Amino acid sequence: MTKDELLKQINTIFINTLDNEDVIVNETTTANDVEEWDSLTHIQLVVAIEKHFKIRFTSKEIQSWDNVGVMLECIQKKGI
Amino acid sequence: MKDFSQLKKNLKRDFSGLKTIRVAILGDTSTQFLAQSLRGLGYDNNLNLEIWEADYSQIERQVYDFSTELYEFKPEIVIVFQSTHKLLGKYNKIQPAQHELFASNELLEIENIYSTLTNNLSTKVIYYNYNEIDDSVYGNYANKTESSFLFQLRKLNYELMVLASKKLNLYLCDLSSIQNQVGKSNFFQPSIYINTEMVLSIDVLPKVAAKTLDLINVLNGMLKKCVILDLDNTTWGGIIGDDGIDNIQIGSLGIGKAFSEFQYWIKKLKNRGIVVAVCSKNTESVAKAPFEKHPDMILRLDDISVFVANWENKADNILQIQKILNIGFDSMVFLDDNPFERNIVRENIPQICVPELPEDPADYLEYLYSLNLFETSSLSTEDKERTKLYQVEAQRVTIQQKFTNEIDFLISLHMLSLIEPFNNFNTPRVAQLSQRSNQFNLRTVRYTESELEKLRISKDYFTYAFTLEDKFGDNGLICAVILKIENSTVLFIDTWFMSCRVLKRGMEDFVLNTIVNFAKENAFTIIKGEYIPTAKNEMVKDHYLNLGFEKQNDNWILNVENHKHRNNYIGIKNNKND
Repeated sequence: MTKDELLKQINTIFINTLDNEDVIVNETTTANDVEEWDSLTHIQLVVAIEKHFKIRFTSKEIQSWDNVGVMLECIQKKGI
Repeated sequence: MKDFSQLKKNLKRDFSGLKTIRVAILGDTSTQFLAQSLRGLGYDNNLNLEIWEADYSQIERQVYDFSTELYEFKPEIVIVFQSTHKLLGKYNKIQPAQHELFASNELLEIENIYSTLTNNLSTKVIYYNYNEIDDSVYGNYANKTESSFLFQLRKLNYELMVLASKKLNLYLCDLSSIQNQVGKSNFFQPSIYINTEMVLSIDVLPKVAAKTLDLINVLNGMLKKCVILDLDNTTWGGIIGDDGIDNIQIGSLGIGKAFSEFQYWIKKLKNRGIVVAVCSKNTESVAKAPFEKHPDMILRLDDISVFVANWENKADNILQIQKILNIGFDSMVFLDDNPFERNIVRENIPQICVPELPEDPADYLEYLYSLNLFETSSLSTEDKERTKLYQVEAQRVTIQQKFTNEIDFLISLHMLSLIEPFNNFNTPRVAQLSQRSNQFNLRTVRYTESELEKLRISKDYFTYAFTLEDKFGDNGLICAVILKIENSTVLFIDTWFMSCRVLKRGMEDFVLNTIVNFAKENAFTIIKGEYIPTAKNEMVKDHYLNLGFEKQNDNWILNVENHKHRNNYIGIKNNKND
């Protein structure tokens, strides 16, 4: 999957999980940029992404995401 | 069942006007998601759960220090959730010599927490029991080793039940059974646990919330008191009116087993104090026969408080049952295999609980178990006497009150019927119905598929197959008529049979109009019908009389000129192939 396509799908997951139609994410987006993205909803995002792409993250990966770009790389490494 | 994010969306809704219950959650792991799930699901149960959450691992401080927020909050319900993970952590830290006493010591602590809470607050306590973790230190041998964690954990769960049976205000929420149901890999996600101290996976949260709400609801007086059973293909396999008492499926063979086990379950509910009623589309004497005579029936007439079997619509019948029992619709459960009946009842009586029974009777019980419909918070001996009381009451009450204005009801169904001659597509189904229809069958002449094919090409016969669909779905082919030319003026109704599922919908009127129109167009003046009685078709004894035919010798005669269009609310469906 191309990075653009992946980003599009991730954005949809953010919108649904955070219940906010206006969320737009790019590779440099961090939790500080999105109001609803806190440590709790982060877990929801992780599980939603895992489900969507049928992958599992390690506990280290979950901790390591400083921004959406790192998250994308992590997903891509799993062959998506 | 709603998933976690759907429950979370409920949090934004307007809770004003809902009944408020103050709930405190004391957990030794992170419980925010659980709290959100509970409040969200509470909304769907018309409850405003005002939740106060202790910071995690504060259980003891909150309980034993009376100046804490917990006592200020004055909860009506305290949920105590001590996780198995933390339990294992404790076990790991103590000296091996103490392992054998681990469960007993834990139980003492739990009993202390309970007593302190209930002595100082007017509250009920919901305690989550322990989902199993096998640390596999001993393998299967753990079962033979008192000091193993598994041994102690199971002992603790057992001792908790013993404790709860003695303590009036202690209720166990059976977390362990949820893990059994969904499997540990769905219950617990290690990566999330490592990052957040949450021991419940996102997917299992709604199930845990539901199990907890089941308890909160009954503590709040919302409990089920009555189960209403359909009979054919719900209580036994097959259709008693068509198949007869010898051929219904019940007992230890094949699919009969599923129905027997279902009946045992109902019997246990009845013994526990749940009122059992019957609501069936059948002739009453036919429907009662298996209860009286079938050797394999578990349920007997003695078990049934109210027995309603007739051909009226089920919403009206349930209204009558409710009048007799004098309990709220929201305390009733209606079990029926037929989606049409379920929808009719749901639509007319929204408060009643109507489970969406699976298609395969083999799945009924597992599905019903999973719904946990009959939660309760107490049992009394009076419960067990109920059946008798209601049986007496049922004889007294004879009011027939109707929910539905018959005509409005029929109009609201938006019924459509497709009329076709027998063709390649419908002939197999016509043949099948011809073999099976016993009740609504005027002459009970059986036709095989090949015989029907001959009729199709014969110049002496005209054939009609009718389907019926409505806003709830398609009933498929439900009626067939075979007309025989007797002479240039007389048409004889050789065959008329119909599925009993569509009785009382005006289908008879619709079919007769169709026959008369055909007669008129083809210059026949007389329509002749015949009723041949069998052991099972008494219901159509007066069929032709009711439709305006006159009796002549053994036949029924309708002069086409005298026929007035018979009012009904079924539209003609156009064949999409035209």
